[in-house]
Amino acid sequence: MQTFDLEQNDLRTLNATLHAQKTDTNQTAWNIINPRGSHAIAVGLDAPIEVTVNGSTGYYCAGMNQQAKVNVKGSVGPGVAENMMSGTVIIDGDASQYAGATGHGGLLVIKGNASSRCGISMKGIDIVVHGNIGHMSAFMAQSGTLVVCGDAGDALGDSLYEAQLFVRGSVKSLGADCIKKEMRPEHLAHLKALLAQAESDAKPEEFTRYGSARQLYNFDVDNAGAY
Amino acid sequence: MCGIVGLFLKDKTLEPHLGEMLTDMLVTMTDRGPDSAGIAIYGNEHNTQKKLTVQSDNGAEDFATLATDLGAVIGADVSLNRKDTHAVLNIPGNSIDAARTALRELRPELRVMSAGDTIEIYKEVGLPSDVAARFDVSEMSGTHGIGHTRMATESAVTTMGAHPFSTGPDQCLVHNGSLSNHNSLRRKLRREGIHIETENDTEVGAAYLTWKMQQGSTLGEALDSSLEDLDGFFTFVVGTKDGFGVVRDPIACKPAVMAETDQYVAFGSEYRALVNLPGIDQAHVWEPEPATVYFWNH
Repeated sequence: MQTFDLEQNDLRTLNATLHAQKTDTNQTAWNIINPRGSHAIAVGLDAPIEVTVNGSTGYYCAGMNQQAKVNVKGSVGPGVAENMMSGTVIIDGDASQYAGATGHGGLLVIKGNASSRCGISMKGIDIVVHGNIGHMSAFMAQSGTLVVCGDAGDALGDSLYEAQLFVRGSVKSLGADCIKKEMRPEHLAHLKALLAQAESDAKPEEFTRYGSARQLYNFDVDNAGAY
Repeated sequence: MCGIVGLFLKDKTLEPHLGEMLTDMLVTMTDRGPDSAGIAIYGNEHNTQKKLTVQSDNGAEDFATLATDLGAVIGADVSLNRKDTHAVLNIPGNSIDAARTALRELRPELRVMSAGDTIEIYKEVGLPSDVAARFDVSEMSGTHGIGHTRMATESAVTTMGAHPFSTGPDQCLVHNGSLSNHNSLRRKLRREGIHIETENDTEVGAAYLTWKMQQGSTLGEALDSSLEDLDGFFTFVVGTKDGFGVVRDPIACKPAVMAETDQYVAFGSEYRALVNLPGIDQAHVWEPEPATVYFWNH
């Protein structure tokens, strides 16, 4: 286990050190102490290493992650795991705005609540939130899965493409073109696997599936008056 | 961007350290806005006197005989405590209106930063650390305070464009964001007789709250109606004699973090601003909800 103290060393040194780890590195476990809300901690990693951040972080923690497993023992600011490609990011506390935004792959787990715009424009990432999510979540979400064990805020899934949304609690309102959908066996199986990976004991049967009504995909002449 | 910090103390033993804690929080937010900085401190109340905080770019001349000159006109004892470009005038409570009228004749160039029983507002162009040092903010004690560091978007970088803005006796407002209907609202408020000095959007927000409260709204009601009438982005933190409040617009893209313990309630644009507060590791930390008015009172 390598320990890196952000009070003793600066952020650039931390990220450069983590970037220097190659796929076959022997230094696979990293412990970051005194994050003190700093921005851009463990950004741009691309090696199968495990990074534990002992405390809360600021903006863009674990952004652009590939391969690595990042666990934050606290809460994170805006843009956690933004544009993640692969790997796993686990937040023990809450996440601020646009968690997992534009993510292409990997798994983001938020054990507390996520605020607004969670999973905005997601492109293949899987996101599991143990608590609630805020408004405008999964806006223009293209693919991947957003699982919410609590409640969702206003305008869930507005202008949604093909991402799948599962919410256990209430949805304050659905966004344009987002509708409730039938839960089929393959959805239950997919949900079960994601909940297990995210260490949630929620039951797949308790969730409702939401998806795109696919009415905004193409120009519809009947809507011409609205433009 | 802009950075906001706020600290509302529940534990009286922390009051001597309010200025020091708030300064540390504000300096941490420097990279959110390097243009100007300001701080509102709610200090000790005097039974019979009110405070008028004034600013002058030519303090040496304007403040030299101000207390005597003002006292002679209003027929009362006035004392003055100068700090750099600002001065706090201590005026008998029943003479405060007369003093404000007299000041406009005696020192027309002087700007009134704040008025009230306990509030003092200090603000200038420059970095938070420099502004705080000019006014010895870290030496100040008090019950609660608000700080702001500005990245200017809607108006020039000037002292009067700096935050906090006074919204009435013992009240102030700081803002992160930008209002898009401030020009039309300014015209409307001016027609209603509200004095607005600058082209700044936040001053219009402050004037709007002042106007609503003149119409009989409480501050909470005025903040509620601001969600309807103000168009644009805002995280507002407001100070009153007894407490402070927070409201974010419905989109809520301007960041906000709050922390509460038995000793204090704290606000920061980022968690970084809160990390040196005592017991922060055990504090209840959360993000305030959009379009929701929060308030804490002593």
